[in-house]
Amino acid sequence: MNSFEYSSPATLNEALALLGSQWTDAAPLAGGTDLISLMKDDVFVPKRVVNIKEVKELAGIHKTAHGLRIGATVTFDEIASNPLVRSEYPSLHEAVLGVASPQIRNMGTAAGDLCQRPRCWYYRSGYGLLAMKDGKSLVPNGENRYHAILGAGPAYFVSASSLGPALVALGASIKIASASGSRTVEAGKFFVTPHDENGREIVLQPNELVTEILIPSASGVKNATYEIRQREAIDWPLAAASVALHMKGSTVSEASIVLGHVAPTPWVAAQAAESLKGQSITEESAAKAGDAAVEGAQPLSQNSYKIQLAKVAVKRALLAAAGKSHAAGA
Amino acid sequence: MPDSTTPNYHWPPMNDRRVMGKPHTRLDGIQKASGAAKYNSDVKPSGMLFGVLLTCPHAHARVTSIDTSAAENLPGVTAVRVISPAGKELQWAGAEVAAVAATSEETATKAARLIKVEYEQLPFLVREDDLSQAGNRAKPAGEQVTGDPDKAFQEADAVVEGNYGIPVITHCCLESHGQVIAWNGDKIEYWPSTQNVSGIGGDIARALNVPAANIHVHQDHIGGGFGSKFPSDLWGVEAAQLSKMSGGKPVKIFLDRETELLIAGNRPSAYGKIKIAGKKDGSITAWESYTWNTGGLAGGGLAADLFPYVYRKVPNRRINHTAISTNTGSARAWRAPNHPQASYLTCSAMEDLAAKLNLDPLDVFIKNADLTMRADAYRAQLQKGAEIIGWKKNWHPRGEGGSGPVKRGLGLAVGTWGGAGHASKCLATIHPDGSVEVELGSQDLGTGARTIIAMVAAETLGLPVSAINVKIGDNSYPPSGASGGSTTSGGVSASTRKATVNALEKLYAAVAPGLGTTPDKLQAVDRRIVVQGDTSKSLTWEAACRKLGTNKISETGENNPRTAEREGLTTGGVAGVQMADVSVDTETGLVKMNRLVAVHDCGLIINPKTAESQIFGACIMSICSALFEERIADQQIGRVLNPDMEFYKLAGLMDIGEIIVHLDINAENDHRGVIGLGEPPAIPGDAAIGNAVANAIGVRVPHLPLTADRVLAALASKGGNA
Repeated sequence: MNSFEYSSPATLNEALALLGSQWTDAAPLAGGTDLISLMKDDVFVPKRVVNIKEVKELAGIHKTAHGLRIGATVTFDEIASNPLVRSEYPSLHEAVLGVASPQIRNMGTAAGDLCQRPRCWYYRSGYGLLAMKDGKSLVPNGENRYHAILGAGPAYFVSASSLGPALVALGASIKIASASGSRTVEAGKFFVTPHDENGREIVLQPNELVTEILIPSASGVKNATYEIRQREAIDWPLAAASVALHMKGSTVSEASIVLGHVAPTPWVAAQAAESLKGQSITEESAAKAGDAAVEGAQPLSQNSYKIQLAKVAVKRALLAAAGKSHAAGA
Repeated sequence: MPDSTTPNYHWPPMNDRRVMGKPHTRLDGIQKASGAAKYNSDVKPSGMLFGVLLTCPHAHARVTSIDTSAAENLPGVTAVRVISPAGKELQWAGAEVAAVAATSEETATKAARLIKVEYEQLPFLVREDDLSQAGNRAKPAGEQVTGDPDKAFQEADAVVEGNYGIPVITHCCLESHGQVIAWNGDKIEYWPSTQNVSGIGGDIARALNVPAANIHVHQDHIGGGFGSKFPSDLWGVEAAQLSKMSGGKPVKIFLDRETELLIAGNRPSAYGKIKIAGKKDGSITAWESYTWNTGGLAGGGLAADLFPYVYRKVPNRRINHTAISTNTGSARAWRAPNHPQASYLTCSAMEDLAAKLNLDPLDVFIKNADLTMRADAYRAQLQKGAEIIGWKKNWHPRGEGGSGPVKRGLGLAVGTWGGAGHASKCLATIHPDGSVEVELGSQDLGTGARTIIAMVAAETLGLPVSAINVKIGDNSYPPSGASGGSTTSGGVSASTRKATVNALEKLYAAVAPGLGTTPDKLQAVDRRIVVQGDTSKSLTWEAACRKLGTNKISETGENNPRTAEREGLTTGGVAGVQMADVSVDTETGLVKMNRLVAVHDCGLIINPKTAESQIFGACIMSICSALFEERIADQQIGRVLNPDMEFYKLAGLMDIGEIIVHLDINAENDHRGVIGLGEPPAIPGDAAIGNAVANAIGVRVPHLPLTADRVLAALASKGGNA
């Protein structure tokens, strides 16, 4: 790790003033669960590290008139233990518990989850976000078992965010501030697919901070997340799905289905959601929605199995949201 | 018959033992659990410098130039050494290029980065799973034929042909390889992480060209070795040289996790195309194997006499092996070298044959027991394991694992090992104040060696375990073998037994006249020296020792492997059977461990508690390798992509399920003396788990680890779900 300047501002304005116009000028430090490893591996070498954990405006999780407000530096553990999250936002609760390490739940933060960099091993080995060598991506002919099956090329990594799919499905928005003001972005538009080496996988600019996440009330909205990962111990999901269902009696009036870890962004399966309108959630309709959700998937040499996993994740998330257990048990 | 001058070293009769054979908590358990235990990676002598290695990023390259001037000029840097000068050919990513010592780790790291190295990149091969891609890197070992395999295959009732494979995995020692070392004048103080306290000093002495007697080795605890920590290694030698160049200040080099995973050893892979034949009654008649593997640049060996594994006496056999040289870090011994691989390839094929014959594999493994070297032991263990896991009740033919998407299955496999004690010498001292010390230049790898040494001494001297001061981990103590091949328990228990018996004889001689008897009539029990048959005549242990006046008793005892079997304190040769119970979600391909049953014979068990722990650890390692572990290399760039604990996956607590250990503790096994238990339980797990998955889902998943992609691919190959 290279030497860096460290600052620990007490207010949001001070923190924003310490950011720069380039990513390498300054890096916000919250839980540090990703930043420190990026720095140790020399994947990212910031000149300045700005500790934002002392900034009071960025803390706190509480109910608002419209739903739930989660401050940028709220930890996974704070989210998981919040009673409102447990009762009204099970999809968020399950997404947080999917981060199966108490240490990371204690340190990792909401904004950190959104802003963490992809886990693609070519990226982490120094080949850049698009895994390029000699003008060509290493992924298609390489070790791509964990890479994207949807929306891929030229970026093949998968979004690492655990909360992203649930936030998108719940219609959340992300509040972003810079020294010159603030803006609010829909969660679904916060994540983007970069098209060149200098691109970024989120819309945040170097001089900006995520300050809070606003989630509309989910009262009456059936929602769930289902994650498939190789280990029960801490592990990145192979595929995940978050769903939110507005019901009219026993049928779906409006649905949202968002896949995780299968594309460079949380992947909105709009047609699959549309197909559920007017349907009740059964093993059959859920399986059909799963099939529809991976429509257009283009597997690489080693990851066609992720299509099956994505289908199953959607099916099981829908059944869970509807309060039905799937045939394979919990 | 022992003559009258040879003391009776035999283990006390099984039923008379008061300490040995009873579960005892490990002596250093609290220290380790509380963090009080100091490992050598915790050692920080005054003035210690930090050493860092610069390693090669390429799989195969020649150094064309190296410039260390910027590193040397960095403030805080005390020494820079070029390990690979211009012209040197490097054969794997991670190979050592230069080493730096500085006053802080950050400075040393920065300095290493300032070293400018230019390479000429050369062609490389980093993968061996596809034999057809190996080209001239493949070296066939030649064919061995026994009997008439062609005829036997023709005449068989069933023939099964299959492909099986296990990738390269690594040791993943929690404490990485390395040492702190200080070379001051003609003396070297050396704190390595080692499995070889008595021998490693001599090893580094040769490399440094100093007298071995000038090297003092210390090690109280080690954070894992598993076979990978015997030599002093290049980083030990370099750290010593950096220390010397830095005026004798201690230098610490412990490998970072990436380098540890790349160059500090691995378990060779094993791939094979195997054909096996049998009769309707389940008897195996023929075996044919074409295997290949790698252990790095030197290729990899899977000796012909490992196949078929355990069931050695299959009458008709054809065996071929091809070693593949790859540009990857070199293999090292990994808990039962080559046995888990041989067990996997053999027991998988046997299970597949049983399925083809519509027979229960338990019956097939029992039926063919006469093809093994220890038929009775295997039959008994297979029956015991079956009883514990409820085999006959729970086993079902392949693919009949239930109607839902989650299928349950059972699988079994076998293993064998030696485990006789190594050469070991112990010095036992009884002080006039009654205190007792036993000293051995041995090491406790986390196995409980320290505890069993104390238990043996306590048993012999009639004292509680707490009265024994065990001193190990220092090469100034009498030499004891390296801890490899399950040799430590037999070695240190035999030498400790002999040394303490010898010391006790001296104590008897000193106190016998005062008790009005002869030494041969005395006995040490319950902290007393008593006259046999006359309880009125006795001395407390302390009173007896006071009779020594100012003279302590110091006696040695030695285990010599050449005579040990005759003496009967330690022997070797064990069987083992493991049975796995798994559930497989056929929609996701995820495998869940329910139970792993381990049945092992292991001679005389000194401490059932630490013996059981040894088996737990081995079973967990097998679960890791069966379900998660693989070193993943990319042939495009010649690099390992997962040299970390993130994508190099090990099981967590939730992934392990229940482990049930059955130790074959009985008079017959007890008579065989002490036998090591390090390797045997690390052998059958891979195959047992693979077989359980095949049983659950109705199709073989050919290659470990049994990850979702492989399980789903196997299910798809079968056509639809199980």
